[in-house]
Amino acid sequence: MLRSIDAADPFHRSRTRVRSAWLQPLGIIGAVMLAAIVLAAILAPWIVPHPPNAMSFPRLQPPNATNWFGTDQLGRDIFSRVVYGARVSLPYALQLVVMSAVLGTVLGAIAGYFGGWIDGVIMRAADLVMAFPDIILAMAVVAALGPNLFNAVLAVVIVSWPIYARVVRSMILTLRDEPYVQSSRLLGASSGRALWRDIRPNAAGPVVVLAALEYGHAVLILSGLSFLGLGAQPPIAEWGSMVSEGAKYFDRWWMSVFPGLAILVVVLGANFLGDTLRDALDPRAAKTFR
Amino acid sequence: MGQGMAALVRQGWFAIPGLVRFVLRRLAVGVFLCVGVTLIAFTLTQVVPGDPISASLGDAAASDPEIVAAFRARFGLDRPLPEQYVIYLGNLLRGDLGESLLTRRPVAADLAHYMSATIELAVMAMTIAMVLGVALGVLAAMFRDRWPDQVIRVVSLAGVSVPTFWLSLVCLYVFFFILGWSPGVGRLSPGAPAPAAITGLFLVDAALTRNWRVFHDALAHIALPAMVLAVYTIGAITRFTRASMLEAMGQDYVRTARAKGLPERRVILGHVLRPALAAIVTVSGMAFGRMLGGAVLVEAVFSWPGLGEYAYRSALALDLRAIMGVSLVIAAIYILVNLVVDILYAVIDPRIRLG
Repeated sequence: MLRSIDAADPFHRSRTRVRSAWLQPLGIIGAVMLAAIVLAAILAPWIVPHPPNAMSFPRLQPPNATNWFGTDQLGRDIFSRVVYGARVSLPYALQLVVMSAVLGTVLGAIAGYFGGWIDGVIMRAADLVMAFPDIILAMAVVAALGPNLFNAVLAVVIVSWPIYARVVRSMILTLRDEPYVQSSRLLGASSGRALWRDIRPNAAGPVVVLAALEYGHAVLILSGLSFLGLGAQPPIAEWGSMVSEGAKYFDRWWMSVFPGLAILVVVLGANFLGDTLRDALDPRAAKTFR
Repeated sequence: MGQGMAALVRQGWFAIPGLVRFVLRRLAVGVFLCVGVTLIAFTLTQVVPGDPISASLGDAAASDPEIVAAFRARFGLDRPLPEQYVIYLGNLLRGDLGESLLTRRPVAADLAHYMSATIELAVMAMTIAMVLGVALGVLAAMFRDRWPDQVIRVVSLAGVSVPTFWLSLVCLYVFFFILGWSPGVGRLSPGAPAPAAITGLFLVDAALTRNWRVFHDALAHIALPAMVLAVYTIGAITRFTRASMLEAMGQDYVRTARAKGLPERRVILGHVLRPALAAIVTVSGMAFGRMLGGAVLVEAVFSWPGLGEYAYRSALALDLRAIMGVSLVIAAIYILVNLVVDILYAVIDPRIRLG
């Protein structure tokens, strides 16, 4: 969004004001939410009262003193499963974002730097992928590859690289003609070296912001695929498939409400943080609408 | 000779008025995208692990080499891939998308049957999203950095963060199961006869035949899923509206309008919102495609008999032909909508570069 930090107060353009953009309440709340879930994921075996797949309780119990979030249709403790679910969703979403950021960045850099027909081919491919609503194409890819969590990640990588490619390409197009890149080329640097040593450090920031913004989306689409039965397969404690199981026992609200809340907390945290990051670091690069 | 021809073509091309040229070019891009989409769909059907022969013939027939050869010849599986693609395209053009493994009916017939429900839902949701999203975005821009803006920022971020399938379940539980405000899942109450099929959109058909009882029933059924489907798009449109309003507010003509003493309301509605609206229309085209994706999740929960629910059931059964059919149709709708939106944009805003 187009927020210029100093517009409201023309007398304080000091560094402290710029730095304070990092310390917005929303960003801090987002960071705390994410940190709490990350901590839960790391410490899961120590903080969870019961093993996530142990069927050691009466079935379909509402929340109570022993089972804080109730139990499911197999008598498993939902609180334990929700905490363990963080160990599935967080790393897979991270893997997804890193893979699509790397793929998109490399393709976008090649397209932007070399131009010509290479640029044409790569960017038309990006247009094509973007012509599909992402979850639909991902469904088709997973159905073709076979449903499991890793294939779901692959499928979403295939549908989500174009946004990185577009941002990186437009960055490269402006950076390529910068004097310091030109002079480095004149000193005999190869195009690969110019890309890596001169352009990469300047393009890295916006890509990181974009990846942060996309993290929440990655969690959403992965859990959505699992909800549809195309991602994590039972008995893995994954939030989307837990909501899906809960949907079959409609009147037992606790089965789907708590795993869904976990998804909401992660995505909201990532988006709060990503939004603040964007305001603080780069107001324009990540403006592309998703 | 060839060069003379090319020059003539160029000359002819630039003799066409700019707007028409723009429309023609966008049409060409649309056709290119459609062909590319079929290429992706075809590639996906090729990478399927597992042999289509044993899947279609059964084990006994698949062990007889003569039957297998006849089968391969009949469906063109013995030809090279590019030729198979051409056959596939030919079938597509004749409206033949193959047969669904799940319903045992032609996929094209299934799609035609389910499409209207999705279109009705998506158009309803898009209307809600546009009205609320633009209103919230205008409010946020007017109260920039004050508390209404902060609240709207949090609300719109929440809108793009909430998992659609979960929100559908929670809303259904609260508004149907506990409060009883919603009549439940499906397009009409169980046993209620559908209105005479004119457009396939129940609301329109009921209104046309003046069947107000069915109209009321259909409206009650569509309200909740449409609102849930709209939530993500409301968030997205709000944020985009705020950004383009703020951009327009920085323009000189806005300062001029204020300086000549126009009331703030007229400055906002007349001078700021109008140029911002053109950009919002473009974004809504993209948002519509995303909404069609979200419809899969909403329809699955609300048993809404549309493309999304069909895709969901097909995906569970790994019915690849049906899923390909849905992807093709939805991509085609998306391309078409964006084509129309682009052209509309060029017509609305004469300043746009038609290049």
